[in-house]
Amino acid sequence: MLENVKHVVLVLSGKGGVGKSSVSVQLALTLARAGKKVGVLDIDLTGPNIPRMFNVEEEKVHQAPGGWIPVKVGDLGSAGDGVGSIECMSLGFLLRDRGDSVVWRGPKKTAMVRQFLTDVLWGDVDYLLVDTPPGTSDEHISLAEQLRSVSPDGAIVVTTPQAISTADVCKELNFCKKVGLDILGVIENMSGFVCPHCSTCTNIFSSGGGAVMAEQFGVDFFGAVPIDPAFNLMLERQKETTDEVGLLQRYGESKLFPVFEGITEKLLAKTEKAVANGSGNGEGG
Amino acid sequence: MVILKVPVASEDVPQPSGAAPKLVAPEPEHCPGPESQQAGKMDACAGCPNQQICATAPKGPDLDIPLIQARMATVAHKLLILSGKGGVGKSTFTTMLAYAFAQSPKTQVGVCDIDICGPSIPRMMGAENESIHSSSSGWSPVYVADNLGIMSIQFMLPNQDDAIIWRGPKKNGLIKQFLKDVEWGDLDFLLIDTPPGTSDEHLSINSYLKGSGVDGAVVVTTPQEVSLLDVRKEIDFCRKAGIKVLGIVENMSGFVCPNCEGESQIFHATTGGGRALATEMGIPFLGAVPLDPRIGIACDYGESFFDAYPESPACEGLMNIIKGLRGQVGLPPSQDGVEEMDES
Repeated sequence: MLENVKHVVLVLSGKGGVGKSSVSVQLALTLARAGKKVGVLDIDLTGPNIPRMFNVEEEKVHQAPGGWIPVKVGDLGSAGDGVGSIECMSLGFLLRDRGDSVVWRGPKKTAMVRQFLTDVLWGDVDYLLVDTPPGTSDEHISLAEQLRSVSPDGAIVVTTPQAISTADVCKELNFCKKVGLDILGVIENMSGFVCPHCSTCTNIFSSGGGAVMAEQFGVDFFGAVPIDPAFNLMLERQKETTDEVGLLQRYGESKLFPVFEGITEKLLAKTEKAVANGSGNGEGG
Repeated sequence: MVILKVPVASEDVPQPSGAAPKLVAPEPEHCPGPESQQAGKMDACAGCPNQQICATAPKGPDLDIPLIQARMATVAHKLLILSGKGGVGKSTFTTMLAYAFAQSPKTQVGVCDIDICGPSIPRMMGAENESIHSSSSGWSPVYVADNLGIMSIQFMLPNQDDAIIWRGPKKNGLIKQFLKDVEWGDLDFLLIDTPPGTSDEHLSINSYLKGSGVDGAVVVTTPQEVSLLDVRKEIDFCRKAGIKVLGIVENMSGFVCPNCEGESQIFHATTGGGRALATEMGIPFLGAVPLDPRIGIACDYGESFFDAYPESPACEGLMNIIKGLRGQVGLPPSQDGVEEMDES
């Protein structure tokens, strides 16, 4: 069901908790602000976070003839000129209780990933962002196999700066090479924290590791994203805020928005160029 | 395909030995599992290239379980370090716990890293360039101190950055070997560091160790709800699997600026953090460890944070947690009373 999807971008990382989901969310928001129609597919089956982050935890997926209808992120704000849309799909929507665990071995996970890729009615989507679990195992192998026919644009690899994290992420880069997935760029997340009291920047998880890793592997470095507790609070407090200001507008005021604008520009330049050159979906890279 | 440096010469990659048959293709949808009684006989097996292999493989109880039990008979306490969420500090906590236990020279500690796709323990303990040696009695763990041995897939990789692109059954096979073929010897503690999630690794380690008795699991989380959401699932998994949860540890809770000493909440506990989750779930809250950039640096360089900064608030928090944990497994709260430890 990916015929109408123009670009498929994977968000990967060998390491957990580096901010894959929060990078996916911010890319989606920034792309939507740029007028794109975005789909977010969360294939982290044992730890789906996307529904919480978009404040659509209560939503359920509806079955339509021909497949599942993804959940629309409603509170984006007034659909004014040039604003896109965000739809998402996650295993979280299929659970009875939010605390339920999904205890599945590989074959069941493989089947679910396949179903997510074939049975969801995405409609006209400019960018489909695929948020993944950490590691290089069942979900990733299945994803790479399933996507081979639609030739995805490539992967954005997220890391945090410290060596413990880049060591795992190097493995993910090697995975991409092995399965023939283009690496669009590396994002270094949690890079430095500016103290709200004295404005000194502390590198809690050290800094610069992502840029060095990108250089080592000869891939593009998309940018470094600082730690901003206010962004997490913004996502967490969506439920409490009742004013008319939508998520898109609020994100526009976030300190992280300019950073992601820069990252999105690089992403757009890379993916749109491939189409302009007539080389199809990402083959030219 | 990465070829592991397996200490036993003949095999390319460690295959699940014993009951599990060697498959010629990945398992299909709704695969009952090659080791199950229905293997090769279910509807889903029709047309699967493995059908014949599964159908003719010897069935019955896993022949390796008694071997694992024999190995584990000399291990007094087995602790799992779990978390549904990645990057919350499972490996860091495991490392610090191991160093703390090993401070007493009489206590023998083993660390088994079953995170196959992202092993971090060797680097955190400064042993990433080591490899495993084998003797007549099995694979020897890599010793970072006289009384502290570790085992991880990282020791078997030809290149440090090699990706392990394995599906479930291969991961299970290696985990089994870590329990069955490693010469752990007499241990007071075996700490098992796990990957995030609730999948193959977790199911396997539980089923392999069930007969030997696991003391329980320590669940690590960070304060924000997005993390607690996944950790709640892990606790649900523990309940379903019959693993006792010894307690919750909250990591990265609060950050004190080294410049102005002002405190900030980097990962906001909008829903009450680990403490509220512990109350909600009716399990002990072992304590909180604040964010300290020096912990990360110590891990990157493979140094013991305990030895380097014994006075830091993070160390204090950890010592409290360890005290609580020792209580949970029925040991006296302090390391100094080694003589009192009748288990050793």
